[in-house]
Amino acid sequence: MVWLYLVLGIPFLFSPIVPLLHKKFTPKIHTGWFVLWIPLLIFFAFLSTIPTLSSGEIIALSLPWIPSYDINITLLIDGLSLIFGLLISGVGFLVILYSIYYLSKHKEALHNFYIYLLLFMGAMLGVVLSDNIFTLYVFWEMTSISSFLLIAYWFEREKSRSGARKSLLITVFGGLAMLAGFILLTMMTDTHSIREMIHSLGEIHSHSLFLPAMVLILIGAFTKSAQFPFSIWLPDAMEAPTPVSAYLHSATMVKAGIYLVARLTPVFGGGEVWFWLVSGIGLVTLLYGSFNAIRQTDLKALLAYSTISQLGLIMSLLGLGSAALALDAGNAKTAYALAIFTALFHLVNHSTFKGCLFMVVGIIDHETGTRDIRKLGGLMHIMPISFTLALIGSLSMAGLPPFNGFLSKELFFTAVLNASEISLLIPVLAWIASILTFVYCMIMVFRTFTGQPKHKLGKQAHEAPLGMLIPPIVLAALVVILFFFPNVLVQYVLAPAWAAVLPPLAQEGLLTVHVSPWHGVTPELLMTLGVIVFGLILYKTLKKWQKLYRTYPQALTLNHIYETSLERMESLSLSLTKRYMTGSLRDYLIYILTFIIVAVGGAMVFSKGIVFDPSLDASFSIYELALLAAMVISAVTVLLAQTRLTSVVAVGSLGFLVVFFFVLFRAPDLALTQLVVETITTVLFLLCFYHLPKLKKENTPLPTKVVNGLVSLAIGIVMTMVALSANGNPLPESISGYYENAYELAGAKNIVNAILVDFRGFDTMLEILVLSMAGLGVYTLIKLRMAGGKENERS
Amino acid sequence: MIEGILFWVIFLSLCFSTLSILATIYRCVKGPTASDRVQALDALGINIIAAVAIFSVFLRTTAFFEVILLIGILSFIGTIAFARFIERGIVIEREHTD
Repeated sequence: MVWLYLVLGIPFLFSPIVPLLHKKFTPKIHTGWFVLWIPLLIFFAFLSTIPTLSSGEIIALSLPWIPSYDINITLLIDGLSLIFGLLISGVGFLVILYSIYYLSKHKEALHNFYIYLLLFMGAMLGVVLSDNIFTLYVFWEMTSISSFLLIAYWFEREKSRSGARKSLLITVFGGLAMLAGFILLTMMTDTHSIREMIHSLGEIHSHSLFLPAMVLILIGAFTKSAQFPFSIWLPDAMEAPTPVSAYLHSATMVKAGIYLVARLTPVFGGGEVWFWLVSGIGLVTLLYGSFNAIRQTDLKALLAYSTISQLGLIMSLLGLGSAALALDAGNAKTAYALAIFTALFHLVNHSTFKGCLFMVVGIIDHETGTRDIRKLGGLMHIMPISFTLALIGSLSMAGLPPFNGFLSKELFFTAVLNASEISLLIPVLAWIASILTFVYCMIMVFRTFTGQPKHKLGKQAHEAPLGMLIPPIVLAALVVILFFFPNVLVQYVLAPAWAAVLPPLAQEGLLTVHVSPWHGVTPELLMTLGVIVFGLILYKTLKKWQKLYRTYPQALTLNHIYETSLERMESLSLSLTKRYMTGSLRDYLIYILTFIIVAVGGAMVFSKGIVFDPSLDASFSIYELALLAAMVISAVTVLLAQTRLTSVVAVGSLGFLVVFFFVLFRAPDLALTQLVVETITTVLFLLCFYHLPKLKKENTPLPTKVVNGLVSLAIGIVMTMVALSANGNPLPESISGYYENAYELAGAKNIVNAILVDFRGFDTMLEILVLSMAGLGVYTLIKLRMAGGKENERS
Repeated sequence: MIEGILFWVIFLSLCFSTLSILATIYRCVKGPTASDRVQALDALGINIIAAVAIFSVFLRTTAFFEVILLIGILSFIGTIAFARFIERGIVIEREHTD
């Protein structure tokens, strides 16, 4: 089974070769033909695992990546991964085939397109096959990035770029939340493997981190799957080429969140919070998407909102189904478990009919030059095949027989009717959403294909080439086939997946289902009839009530909120930065000093480090005090000086007094050095005096003066406190006793010089280096005048 | 260390030299002109020379004699620099080649 690694690695391995092939064969052969075999190979690889999986086994492979951190590329193929694997590779094959006819080999940068697409395909396969959650996260982010690249494929368009940015911001936000959730999850379970997490169930549910982990991971899943209120990126992602929309934004990437929820249902499911969050948000999304789809005038935007709504449907089913894990055995339990099955079934159905619809819309766009419903009409006779395909897809989406959407819609009604014992609102909302779904499906088909042909179209409309029609025909055929023979799929693919989502029930053998179109006259059938009747009424009266949409305030739309909050954040951070980054060094100095005061002073206060112990102080004599007074006077003179010369003189006298202090404290070498340095500094001051402006009386406002005074006072107090406390605390014994052997060890009678050149000669060497650097620096500053330097000198 | 009357003599002379240091500091602060201040600084150097000398006697050490010499030289250089600055506005004149 190790060859599976190779098969799944092929998208990544092949993508660097794509540009080479593109360069060599363009424009003779369309680059897509070279890529086409990859999804086909993967598809057959997945098909070959079906016998193993349907017998109840799973395939697990592990390849070390960062073994010391227990992060490995672990492939886990069970029923759930199989569904997604088949969808990704199968729809991927059709989409690449479609794109060969859709994208022109003369005009488009095809190598970019196929590299991005292959990266996406590989990443998506990685997401659904990874058992290690951190590997899963890596692939998850790769899907975000490759999706970003694909949405902005026509990067010269402003709308493509903004759509790509929006989707990246939202999905990466969710991805990061999910990463945090994963980390919490590993902290709780002490494992990185999802399979092992399921085994340590009992401990997790009572853990204090359980809820945060669940919410964070759900945010990740909801953003990726365009659930309310994170759904706004999906309609804007429709700026991508249509094959991308069909592949990423209907069949695969948006289902990554669904996959994650389904995959983690055994871990988190069974609790009330999970149930209400997943099913509640799912229902809201279902209603929101179907409600908004009706008002769209762009076909792809309509399909985007319908995708949102269908994803909400699947999500709510997953939520409802999680109740099965909480209940004891009985009829209710199996009934709730059926919701999970329905979710998986509809997942497959949705991929088929939505992929088909996107491709049809792409064909319309390609052949007429517009996707605007208001400009289209009467295409039925011009494009009969496309019309048939659109009809099949739409009716399946609306949930009518004889298409697979009918089966999953009936099962959906069964599930929500079951849940009516929890809340009556659930079936009612679901039913209303289904009516709205019916309405937009009607709009999509009949506004586009019937009525009068309009003559404003940019191109002479005609039927698409056969190659472009084959992929949607295959999908539409699946739509019909799945209606008549659903049980083959159920037995070989859906049943193992169902078992993977609800492992405890699978062990009890409770998961059996037989899907058939006809159940007799049941409430579900009546609900479907109601959907058709009310849907037709609403469609006929559409013009009258469509004005309702205009009454909804623009300011409350999610997009508006997103845009304004983005703008606000930018202007807020800009004004914030402008406020504190003033460009004035004085302000920055105030920040730095205040930080020192707060950090050092706070640490001193909170660690109770302020200790004054006068008993350790040495005694002092009266002339030391008098000298101190002289120093203070000199220092204050520097502060209050009216002319620069006065302050230079005062600094000089301060230096002389320090020399005397060094003498008093018996440090002859220091006194010597201090004296020389002091004199040179004074001379240097005088040297640059000529170039300095006159010391001006500064008109600083009073508050600034007060702040300056307070800060300088505080820093002085803090430093004094630190010094006194350092002296007050008992210190370890000094090491200076060692240096008293200077004569024996280094042959030196001067202990200070012995330390400087012998014991700690390295410091001296580097100080010499500092001096030479300073000298060189001064020299270059004076001698080397780059452009502009001379002008400064003249002025 | 020094005991007896000599100790008091040295102590008092230290005190007096400190007082005269304070007096020169007063002149240095008060001004009123720059020349007064520079002279005060010069006198401060001389005072410190005296104080260091007394202190050396007190400590019975010759370690600070270099300091005395150096103060003498450097206080002179400093005063010259100030004087040149006050008189001509600059300390080191450049050769005028142009």
